[in-house]
Order: sequence, then C-alpha cells, then structure tokens
Amino acid sequence: MSDNTTSSNKSLLNDAGTRAIIFQVVLLAVVVFVSYYLFSNLQANLANQGISTGFEFLNQPAGFPILIHLIEYTEADSYGRAFIVALINTVVISLMGIILATIIGVVMGLARLSNNWLVARLATVYVETLRNIPLLLQMFFWYFAVLATLPIPKNSIIFGDFFLNKRGIYSPNPIFQDGFGIVIAGFVISIIASIALIIWAKRRQTITGLWFPAYWSSLGLIIVITLLALVVSGFPIEFDLPQKSRFNVKGGMVLPPEFVAVLVALSTYTGAFIAEIVRAGILSVNWGQTEAARSLGLKDSLTQRLIVLPQALRVIIPPLTSQFLNLAKNSSLGAAIAYPELVAVVMGTTLNQTGQAIENIGLCMLVYGTLSLTISIFMNWYNKKMSLIER
Amino acid sequence: MAKIFQPSPSLPPPVNSVGAVAWVRQNLLSSPLNIFLTLFSFYVLYLLIPPVVEWGVVNATFGGESKAACTAGGACWAFIGVYFEQFMYGLYPAEETWRINLALILLVVLIAMFAVKAVNKLYLSIGIIAVYPVVAYFLFAGGVFGLEIVETSLWGGLFLTTLLGVVGIVASFPLGVLLALGRQSSMPIAKSVCIVFIETIRAVPLITILFMASVMIPLFLPDGMNFNKLMRVLIGITLFSAAYMAEVIRGGLQAIPKGQYEAADAMGLTYWQSMILVILPQALKLVIPGIVNTFIGLFKDTTLVYIVGMFDLLGRIQAATHDSNWLGTTIEGYAFAGFIYWAACFGMSRYSMTIERKLETGHKRN
Repeated sequence: MSDNTTSSNKSLLNDAGTRAIIFQVVLLAVVVFVSYYLFSNLQANLANQGISTGFEFLNQPAGFPILIHLIEYTEADSYGRAFIVALINTVVISLMGIILATIIGVVMGLARLSNNWLVARLATVYVETLRNIPLLLQMFFWYFAVLATLPIPKNSIIFGDFFLNKRGIYSPNPIFQDGFGIVIAGFVISIIASIALIIWAKRRQTITGLWFPAYWSSLGLIIVITLLALVVSGFPIEFDLPQKSRFNVKGGMVLPPEFVAVLVALSTYTGAFIAEIVRAGILSVNWGQTEAARSLGLKDSLTQRLIVLPQALRVIIPPLTSQFLNLAKNSSLGAAIAYPELVAVVMGTTLNQTGQAIENIGLCMLVYGTLSLTISIFMNWYNKKMSLIER
Repeated sequence: MAKIFQPSPSLPPPVNSVGAVAWVRQNLLSSPLNIFLTLFSFYVLYLLIPPVVEWGVVNATFGGESKAACTAGGACWAFIGVYFEQFMYGLYPAEETWRINLALILLVVLIAMFAVKAVNKLYLSIGIIAVYPVVAYFLFAGGVFGLEIVETSLWGGLFLTTLLGVVGIVASFPLGVLLALGRQSSMPIAKSVCIVFIETIRAVPLITILFMASVMIPLFLPDGMNFNKLMRVLIGITLFSAAYMAEVIRGGLQAIPKGQYEAADAMGLTYWQSMILVILPQALKLVIPGIVNTFIGLFKDTTLVYIVGMFDLLGRIQAATHDSNWLGTTIEGYAFAGFIYWAACFGMSRYSMTIERKLETGHKRN
C-alpha cells in the first residue's frame, strides 16, 4: 500500500494509534503514581497520629445507645452489632420510602393528567413545590417545625387507639398467639391457589377464547381462605393497646418522630419526581394506540391495562430505577435529624470514637454501593421482563 | 321579482357549550367522579389556604426588633428581618459585605454585556471564566490592595450557598464533558478509568463524599500540606456532580448518529476538532434539560454542607432558630429558606425551557 512510501517521513507522534498508546501509558502512570503517593502519605499520617488500622474495632464494645433498633441492642454490644442495627434502619427506611414514594408518585402523576382542571392544577403545584426545595430543608421542616410542635405525652392527640405526641405515633401492636401459624398457612395456600387459577385461566383463554374473571376470584379466594383460617384457629391475634398513664403513653407500637420525619420527607420528595416520570411515561404512549384499542372494542379499563400501561412502563422503568437509587442514597440525610441510620452511626459516632476514618467511610461506601447495585440489578431484570420483544 | 331566500340569522350556541359555564361543566363537573374530585379539591384548598394566609399575612408581624414584638399570634417575620444580614452573608464582617455585593454586581454586569453587540463575545467569555474568578476570590478573601483578610470559616448564608453552587456548576461541567468523552473513547485504559470513577461516585450518597472531603483528604496529604475545608468541600461537590454530568452528556453523545462522527473524520478533522466543532454542539443541545436538572440537583445538594459543619443559608437559619430569644420561629425560617431555594430552582428550570426553545433548530421529530 501507499502507506509504506509515506511512513518514512511521517513522525511516529502523528500516528493516531501510537498516540493513543502513549496517552494511555502516561494516564496509567499518573493514576498509579498518584494512588501510590496518596497511600504512602496515608500510612505515614496514620503512623504519626497513632491510629490503628484494620477492622478489629468491630468486636469492641460500642458504648453508645441507638434509640431506634429493630434487633436487640444495648450499649454493651459491639461496634459490629451497632453497624448491623444501622444497616437494618437504612434498609427499612429505604424500602418503605420506595413503596410510599411509588404510590404517591403514581397518584400524583395520574392526577396531573386528570380531566379535572382543579385536580391537575393541585398536583402540578405539589410537584413543582416539592421538587424545587432541598430535601434536607423538607426533613428539617417535618422534624423541627411539624413533629416537634406536637403536644407533650400528657396532652396527646387521640384518635381511637392511636396517640400522637412529641415522642412519636403510638398505635396498637399486634401480638401473634400460638395458632397464628394456621392463618399464615391459609394465606400462603390461598396465594398459591390464586396463582394457579390465574395461570389456568390464561391458558384456557389462549386455547378456547373463553374468559374467566381470574383476578377478582383470586382476590375473593385469598380473603375467604384467610378469614376461614382466622375463624378456625379462633382469632389468635391480640393487640397490645397503648395506654395513657399520667405523664406518658405506654405500650403499643411506637413510630419515633425521627423515623416519621425521614419517611415522610423522603417519600413526598421522591414522589414528586416519580409523578413527573409517570406522567411523561403515559404521555409518551401514542394516542393512536388508545384509539386503536377502542376500535377493537376494548373497554377503557382494559385499554389502560393491556395497551397503555405496558408501553408506558417501558419508558417509566429506567428513570424510576434511578429515583429508587436516589431515595436509598438520600436516606443518608436522616443523619442530620438523628435518625440512626448508617451515616449517623458509622460515619458519625463510630468514626468519632475510634478515629478510624478510612475503615468507617469505606464500610459505608461499600454498603451503599451494594445497595445501589442490588436495586439496579432487580430493576434491570424487571426492565428486561417488560421490554419490547422484537423480531 | 323572485323571492330571495333570506336565511334567518344563526342562533347563538347553547349557553352550556361556550364560555365559563361550558368550561366549568367540561373541566370540573363532567362526571360523578369528577364532581367528587372537584369537591375534594375545594376541601383541600379550604384546609390549606385560609390558615396559611391567616398565619402568614393577616396575623403576621412584619416589623420589630425582638420576639416580644410578635404578639398577633401569626408568623413572626421580624425574625427574618433581624437575621437578614446573617442569612445573606453568614458571619462575614458587616463593614466588608460591600465586597460580596460588588462581586455580584460585577458578575451581573459582565453577563449583561453579552447583550451588547459591540463587545467581542470570545474575550468576554475568557474574562468571565478566567479573570473574574480570580478577582472575585481576592474580593472575598482579601489580603491584597489593603483589603482585610476574611477567613473562609466566616463565609456563610446565601453567599456561601451561591458560591458552592456556582463554582460547582462551572467546574463540574468541563470535567463532566471530559469524563463522558473518556467513557465513550476507544482507548481501553482511559475508558476504564472513567467508568470506575463515574460508577463509584454515583453509587454513594453525597454525604459520604463530603465526609470524605472533610475527614479523609487531610489524611491523604503529606504532613504540612493542607488546604481549607471550603476548598475540600468544593472539590467533593464538583467531583460528585461531574460524575452525574458525565452520564447526562453520554446520553447526548450516544444520540448523535454515527454518520456525524464519520463525516467529521472524512473532513480530516482531528479528534478534538471533530468533538468541539461537530459532535459536542449537537450532543449538548440535546441534553440541556438533563444538564440543567443536574445543576438544580447540585444547587439543592449544597445544603448538605451543613452536615459537615459549614453554615450555608439553611445552616444559618437552623442556627438562628435555636437562638433562645427567638424560640418558635422555626417555620418562618424554613419558609424563607424554602422560598429562596424554590425561586432559584424553579427559575433555572424555566430558563432551561427558554434556551431549549431558542436552540431548537428543527431536527426534532414531531
């Protein structure tokens, strides 16, 4: 080729391939050198300050209380256990937040598309207000301005068996008695039966074209069987009702104000973003699809369920995933109002007490990384399941 | 004479199908469900608006020097008035705040000069990007031309919020472009470095990055070398939003048809020429909404610096509401902060819609 004749007077530096290699070698060298430099500084600094390294501290007693713990925890327990407690708090608030935010988002997104002018305007105001105000400010608002102004326990606000005061929301706590296994068994059996029913109905419809109201009948099935199991086993649930004593409310289940504030702020804030995603998803489905469905004679509910929703979901799921990820990461803001989640416990108290910044911050990053990865793997699986199967 | 057919004048449309009545029937009362929703909405409005107006306007106290002035039972806006300086400038010395105002006016004037035809826009851009930050820095920090030195720990309030936001936005944008180009590059090492960086940052919350900036960076630096907390936090915020920016821009790069890359190559343009002259102008235009959303997110996220002990607007308000002379003014403080953040973010999103329309050159499918 003619290349041979020109290559002699062509500088090697002008060759794109060579330049790419040189650039990458330099880049790699810089990255390696900077990492090495930082690491050696780190070692020197740690040695100077007498900070020990490694994860032995996880076995040492933590010595600080954690107010909200779903598993047994006392001050005598180890840092490792405190970490688990905090991890559970983070996961619980993230999952509950995701569920609530999705409900709020779907409702608000549909409301923005409503025929009713007033409803659509109200939903718009909701969305535009909440998503343009920082989440931290909203959390502070719920915690310091709303929940902190509730009355002291002595003057609790009472709704039936629910008490509302500065220390949280008190509700009846269900206590399951011995026979409750039967109820759970009944519930599980009814769910399996419903799934079988739905599969059977679908198969029969494909073969014969005959339609069977599978969803409604399985709902009935679940309710009837579970109720039956309750009656047979003699209602094995008791409620521990909160009791008002002179200065306090005792018993029942307590939702601490920190938890409520973080949950409300997270779900209303993320709900506003999800509302926009839902709205955009539904609007993205061509109006012709709806018209075509109608001309095939589908009624409105079937049009929505079989035609519009599956197509809208394809647009909705990817951005929804990133909202879920944001919510999980934003749960770390709970640290600012003393909700004992990962950042507050590990990067706050544990770090301050042990001084082992690298390990604690690394641990936190690892957990959030794993959490993010789990959510995105699940959502990618769901996305693949919902995606368009083309030829 | 033949009788000419005279059509009788057309009747006016039925009252029910035009004007306000029709609008109400169609939009508020079209079905039983709709009637219910309308009534429900009015109930919600009834629950919200009268108490808020009563609290915030009717029974509110607007002037006054202390809590004692607020006797009407409504909002105590006097609180905002008394603390206004602190909310705006933090603990910046009161006699020096003209420097902040001057820097702000300078910036506004420089940006306004874009509208003047006689000014060379290239020089103006260089002035804003390269010269202005230096001038602004010396104005804020002092230490030259007899300006008194003001420690960065005294910077605060809306000034700090704006500073964090603007520096974060300006610095993260080019970094984000570089990272996005790196991720799209065909060089394996450059590509993996960018991917690892972007994905690591995106997997963790901003708080961990800020903690890292305030606690860990000093550990990584050699003895004696250290820079102040504001700088470290700025680096943290910039790196954080650069990773998000990179992903947004990557979306734009992927949307450009392959023919554009090939055409640029065929013209004999080098990599950087083809990127700067052909690909990026198109790609960036496509992702303006995403870029602005990242900016808005960054602006809202600046509130997190409060957690690592810096007093931005929210931090100063939080501190002020704990003043024992002003107990019970929390809602007023949050309402004020909320309004400022809301106005800034809402303004940005509207502005992005405007430039989107302005740059629209008709390649969009309709």
